[in-house]
Amino acid sequence: MRKLVPALALHLVLAIGAVATLLPFAWMVSASLMHRGEASKWPPSFLPSRATFENYRELFERLDIGRCFLNSTFVAVVSTALALLIVSLAGYAFAKLRFPGRSKIFKALLTAMVIPAQVAMLPLFLLLRTMGLVNTYWAVIIPGMAPVFGIFMVRQYALSIPDELLDAARVDGAGEFLIYRRIVFPLLRPILVTFGVFSFMGAWNDFMWPLIVLTDDRKYTLPVALANLIGEHAQDIELMTAGAVLTVLPVLLLFLCLQRTYVEGITLGGIKE
Amino acid sequence: MSRAAVGPYPRAADLLRIAAVLGALALAGCSRAQTEKRVTLRFWALGREGEVVQSLLPEFERANPGVRVQVQQIPFTAAHEKILTAFVGGSTPDLTQLGNTWIPELVALEALEPLGARLAGSSLAPRDFFPGIWATNEIDGEAYGVPWYVDTRLLFYRTDLWTQAGVVRPPHSWEEWREDMRRVKALPGAERYGILLPIDEWAQPVVLALQARADLLRDGGRYGDFHDPRFRRAFEFYVSLFSERLAPPLGNAQVANPYQQFADGYFASWITGPWNLSEFRNRIPPEWQGDWATAPLPGVAEGDYPGVSLAGGSSFVIFRTSRHKDAAFRLIEFLAGVRQQVEFYRLIGDLPARLAAWDDPALTGEPHLRAFREQLQHVEPTPRLPEWERIAWAIAEAAERVILGQQTVDASLDQLQAEVDRMLAKRRFLLDRQKPGAGS
Amino acid sequence: MSTGTALPPRRSRAEARAGLAFIAPALGLIVLFFVVPVVAGFLLAATDFDIYGIGDFSTARFVGPGNFAALLHDPVFWKALANTFYFVVVGGPLSVAVSLAAAMLVNARLVRLKGFFRTVYFAPVVTTMVAVAVVWRYLYHPRFGLLNQILALLGLPDVNWLGDPRWAMPAIILMAVWKNFGYNMIIFVAGLQSIPTSIYEAARVDGAGPWQQFRRITVPALRPMLMFVGIITMIGYFQIFTEPYVLTGGTGGPLNATLSLVMYMYKQGFRWWNIGFAATVAIVLFVIILVGTLIQMRVQRERE
Repeated sequence: MRKLVPALALHLVLAIGAVATLLPFAWMVSASLMHRGEASKWPPSFLPSRATFENYRELFERLDIGRCFLNSTFVAVVSTALALLIVSLAGYAFAKLRFPGRSKIFKALLTAMVIPAQVAMLPLFLLLRTMGLVNTYWAVIIPGMAPVFGIFMVRQYALSIPDELLDAARVDGAGEFLIYRRIVFPLLRPILVTFGVFSFMGAWNDFMWPLIVLTDDRKYTLPVALANLIGEHAQDIELMTAGAVLTVLPVLLLFLCLQRTYVEGITLGGIKE
Repeated sequence: MSRAAVGPYPRAADLLRIAAVLGALALAGCSRAQTEKRVTLRFWALGREGEVVQSLLPEFERANPGVRVQVQQIPFTAAHEKILTAFVGGSTPDLTQLGNTWIPELVALEALEPLGARLAGSSLAPRDFFPGIWATNEIDGEAYGVPWYVDTRLLFYRTDLWTQAGVVRPPHSWEEWREDMRRVKALPGAERYGILLPIDEWAQPVVLALQARADLLRDGGRYGDFHDPRFRRAFEFYVSLFSERLAPPLGNAQVANPYQQFADGYFASWITGPWNLSEFRNRIPPEWQGDWATAPLPGVAEGDYPGVSLAGGSSFVIFRTSRHKDAAFRLIEFLAGVRQQVEFYRLIGDLPARLAAWDDPALTGEPHLRAFREQLQHVEPTPRLPEWERIAWAIAEAAERVILGQQTVDASLDQLQAEVDRMLAKRRFLLDRQKPGAGS
Repeated sequence: MSTGTALPPRRSRAEARAGLAFIAPALGLIVLFFVVPVVAGFLLAATDFDIYGIGDFSTARFVGPGNFAALLHDPVFWKALANTFYFVVVGGPLSVAVSLAAAMLVNARLVRLKGFFRTVYFAPVVTTMVAVAVVWRYLYHPRFGLLNQILALLGLPDVNWLGDPRWAMPAIILMAVWKNFGYNMIIFVAGLQSIPTSIYEAARVDGAGPWQQFRRITVPALRPMLMFVGIITMIGYFQIFTEPYVLTGGTGGPLNATLSLVMYMYKQGFRWWNIGFAATVAIVLFVIILVGTLIQMRVQRERE
């Protein structure tokens, strides 16, 4: 009995918090199903009078948002795949392979983490311009291909690989790349899955850089397309919320499926400081 | 662990081979596209025009087999930025619609192809267009753009609300205007404003300054001229409309759906442009369609009516880096043709730059257009220098500071003057370097 | 990390070669696409390279600290700086506090459906900031927005959230906290779970109330996490861009009330192409983040 009141109070607070957290999403979905102009009627209403998919249809048919979907997917997948390869190689090497300058280079990389990306942005844009890469998918993919944070994550994890395993393979005559491919890579799977999820979501949600380097609207990723849409259709609330739903839904679903991995990854990053 | 069979993973050598083949195919694909006779024109169109122009293009493509036009639509709010970014990034399209106030900027950057020679050999001639508008496309005697549509700003208003408030005719002077707005505001009922003047737009304060005959800049565009009493008068008139609460202190971002709110009577008039003719037709509920009209702007005093407005509009320009300049010019000739100009007007309400188009019944029979025809006889260009876009924004921000109570008019004008003088520093340096004391 | 048997020299050379080869792709990319631009950024900051310079290099002049001086004279820079600090100093601790509170609530012994609540609170974190900002831009509408409707239900007056310079920044902070609190909450939950309940039991037996338990047990145990969360939140918030960009349509208004440092840099650099000037702003940002991080680390360490 003594526990009932505090328990009820706790659950009430949590429930209010949950409602407050979900309310914007609920309104977003509701408005996306309204007819044009319904969301800015006076007095305003929360639910549509008659649900309609016309906004979604317009987004796909007239405004070609399906293509932006594909762009986002392409960029995120390629970005993540390449980053996984590069980061796992480097992270493992820093953890387990002895080479001259290893600790110096690693320390230098760590200090590079302190420099915000904005310092590099303008010159990087000019560099990509001289390489003729502005307005290509590569311009979006390249800057994210070797994140220092990822190398750090993998290295931390790779430290726990038993040396005996590696030495035994060396004694057997296996080359370093073979060792990496057949022993290390499978062992790194947990951290790589976590990093992969982070990387994918980061690439999917990235806004400022694709905004800068992509001028061709057929190459726009979803966030840039959405910002472009609101530039022209700010008064079409129903259309904009439909666009927001489309941008948010895939990531939300992905998250619901991969919750455990994602959450583990955050705590790994947070505890092993 | 022994060196057993490779297993399911592809070998590195295999991967390299596959990559090489793919790479070769990709390169082959690219070069094949270039040697084919098919030309794809990349055409950037801004705002609603971008959505609407696509329906005009199939006819052009039929008349020009082998040319395909790919339209990219860019919102006006991001257009200036995107065009400059594309220029710097080396990814400009073949041709683009360009606000004519931006032409001096792109010409100074040597981004645009001069069109004089091509025009001489075509069916288009400067006299086919509004003279004030054509002038905005010429820099140092060379034409860099062909006008597409003209744009000016004037009053759209609710006829029923004005009648209710006892306003019998559109105002001819600033004072009459202010008085009319007061009457509308005094109407009983829900919260109401006399006019919508989005505080994040520069057109309104600049138009008022032009009406007051302020120069905005002095010394060949080397310095700002904002302490001039004429500018000050216009500036003070503008901000007084807000302090009297005749206009709501809102920016475009806070007025989510102005069409709905205009129909609701939240504001009784609006200074805006011709693109809204079709937007009004489409978005305002049918029961309100008979209750709005257009009128030229009031002038400073009765004798100045109609007051001047902006000589705005968009032109077609071709980028120097385009590899299909001839095809691009053919597209320009097509869209500047009288029939297309009338058709474009029918689709979106943008006013043809081509004089002959105005004789078409579609335009002569449209009552809302009479005000535009009249206003277009009284338009003035804004200063034609590359820094204009930045200066215009600085003027809007200066007004915003006073409207929202952050600064007094004096302090705001001082800051505006300092800011604009800083912006023009490079221009002063370049002008003095060319020829000491040269103007522009 | 010592090995049992020493490897023959040939092996260690192969290992060294492999090591260098393995880090080569990462290092190459980082040097070419990060280090080189950063160095170039520092160089550009000493010139007045602008859009004229893209076409014609000779128009750029070496100005040394001139950009920095111009920066200090620009009232808009100071506004952007003040806004960014406002955001970091108010939003940062608020975000951390809300995360901690949420973590403690979710982790409480008496709570059922822990997983459900954790998921719900975390959902905003994974969503795209642009989509979130689009939705919140409408939530904040002075007439039709949900927030003002709720205020009206509670009998409170309307707030012109994004139009009033006094409320614009709080509006952004509220949205940012809503979006991010789940992330730090997860970190705190992990930390809380590592504190054995027996310690709390012992404290309760000793007569300690909930507030004392919090101060004497929870906070010290979470110290490393608090420092980590504090630093990454601070660094992230100093770099804020997307939120004001989408909420204000790229202007940073009203009256530059939501203009952040990065947005100021973006406007100068990618809108007006004052490249040298924008590079200077970026360097200022870097210095601020660096100093902020060092201060936080020093303050946290002194507390121990």
